[in-house]
Amino acid sequence: MSLDSDAVRRIAHLARLAVDDREAEGFASALSDIFEFVETLEGADIAGVEPMAHPLDAEQRLRPDAVTETDQRDRFQQSAPSAEGGLYLVPRVIE
Amino acid sequence: MKLETLTGWRRRLRAREISSRELTELYLGRIARLDAQLNSFITVTDELALAAADAADERLGRGEETPLLGLPVAQKDIFCTEGVRTSCGSRMLDPFVAPYDATVVARMKAAGAVMLGKTNMDEFAMGSSNETSFYGPVCNPWDPDRVPGGSSGGSAAAVAARLVPAATGTDTGGSIRQPAAFCGITGLKPTYGRVSRYGMIAFASSLDQGGPMAATAEDCALMLNAMAGFDPRDSTSVERRAEDFSADLERDLKGLRIGLPREFFGEGLDPEMRAAIETALAVLKDRGAILVDINLPNSGLSVPAYYVVAPAECSSNLARYDGVRFGHRCADPLDLQDLYTRSRAEGFGAEVKRRIMIGTYVLSAGYYDAYYLKAQKVRRLIADDFRRAFTEVDVIAGPTTPELPFRLGEKSADPVKMYLSDIYTIAVNLAGLPGLSMPAGTIGNLPVGLQLIGNYFDEARLLNVAHQFQQDTDWHARMPAAFV
Repeated sequence: MSLDSDAVRRIAHLARLAVDDREAEGFASALSDIFEFVETLEGADIAGVEPMAHPLDAEQRLRPDAVTETDQRDRFQQSAPSAEGGLYLVPRVIE
Repeated sequence: MKLETLTGWRRRLRAREISSRELTELYLGRIARLDAQLNSFITVTDELALAAADAADERLGRGEETPLLGLPVAQKDIFCTEGVRTSCGSRMLDPFVAPYDATVVARMKAAGAVMLGKTNMDEFAMGSSNETSFYGPVCNPWDPDRVPGGSSGGSAAAVAARLVPAATGTDTGGSIRQPAAFCGITGLKPTYGRVSRYGMIAFASSLDQGGPMAATAEDCALMLNAMAGFDPRDSTSVERRAEDFSADLERDLKGLRIGLPREFFGEGLDPEMRAAIETALAVLKDRGAILVDINLPNSGLSVPAYYVVAPAECSSNLARYDGVRFGHRCADPLDLQDLYTRSRAEGFGAEVKRRIMIGTYVLSAGYYDAYYLKAQKVRRLIADDFRRAFTEVDVIAGPTTPELPFRLGEKSADPVKMYLSDIYTIAVNLAGLPGLSMPAGTIGNLPVGLQLIGNYFDEARLLNVAHQFQQDTDWHARMPAAFV
């Protein structure tokens, strides 16, 4: 499969990555190579095979519905690029 | 002073022949003097290390005996360390100081380990050469023009150059075993679920697994004893009773059935490499092991299947880097969309972007069945190959890599070529099995790695086989000349 720059721009938009025109061309060529390689999977005989999501086919473990964490908001928000009064700050979303 | 193994230093600390402070100063001195040649550390935590060493000396003085008490180690910079920058090799997390310790870090601290610093790695563990790091490539201590492998290249190079006796690594497609092979050290990827992923920055959650890297199998067993164990904070952590991975090291190999997958010795394997591996296998045979040819017919599909599954999980996991809660934020965002797209474009390097885009594409509407679902089915075929093999043999052995460490820059322009350097390691991750690489010879001056693959939860057996091999060989004890 071959991807062009427009396809790369669509994927980049879904992935929330800014790409300029020159980068889009580079990604188009690299991603096309990678997809061509991945397409060797076409030859696999997978009729009747169950997909495998977990190596040990484990089931999701559930924990008791109890409060176990303490409030560490201030500490965790120290990692934020911009926070104030317990809120994360971003450009205005609603006019 | 003679540079001991982790196990050797443990003995000397307990005999009070050296203090943890002296030992810590010895290795911090080596890092300060020699790491400029390697770039194996992103952050060196001198002051924290000396404080931890003093605390360890006090505990040693009181006669306490925890498994790693007073021993210097390094953490791959993918493990969160409270109060210390945790960059994951990325500009995205360059400003990130973790507010908590990963379970592995906490367990090693509790075991008394003294952390010297955080090691370099491919960005978000995506790479096989350590060249994608935001902090620059790492050099191979055996030849500075060559790569140390990746993604745990900093840990491997640091251990090989004896800048630290042991370090942690993580392995999603070979990221412990391939650099261990390239740098001539021993590294173990445990069974999926053995070592907690809590606080280990996620790349591909169904494949990621942390493990030890050290000079010897004996040292890896000591490390794994501290690292492994059930953790309720990791939803895929396996509930099993604690095991002593050092207990079986001395077991003899008489009658042990070792399977040699024909697919790992075929076309694509460097002929000199094949000869070195066959010589190493003869050592195991002399110890009483029985070598049996086996087949893993679907192993050729492992790299393409991996490059669907791993990027899909990567694109989901890395969606959290939004420039809002932590990590890099672009300057003067125009609106929320611009904030997201520009922060991510500036924060991530090219390989990480490629993988995010592959993953986004294979998970997008209309393509899911053709790529992701198909790859998950192929994944089962690969795991079933191993299941069948382990009804006939106890352990599987072969080369860790198809070729010797390559030159810096040799494969960086061709992603697919780079991906194929993990051709013998990736199937093990897809199946979730334990795998180990140990030094098994040299070609020219460069190390050759022998890979051992075990059945689920059979780490003790792998360490046993490697330890027995290391009784009859001295490849693990050799040091690169520039670092003696």
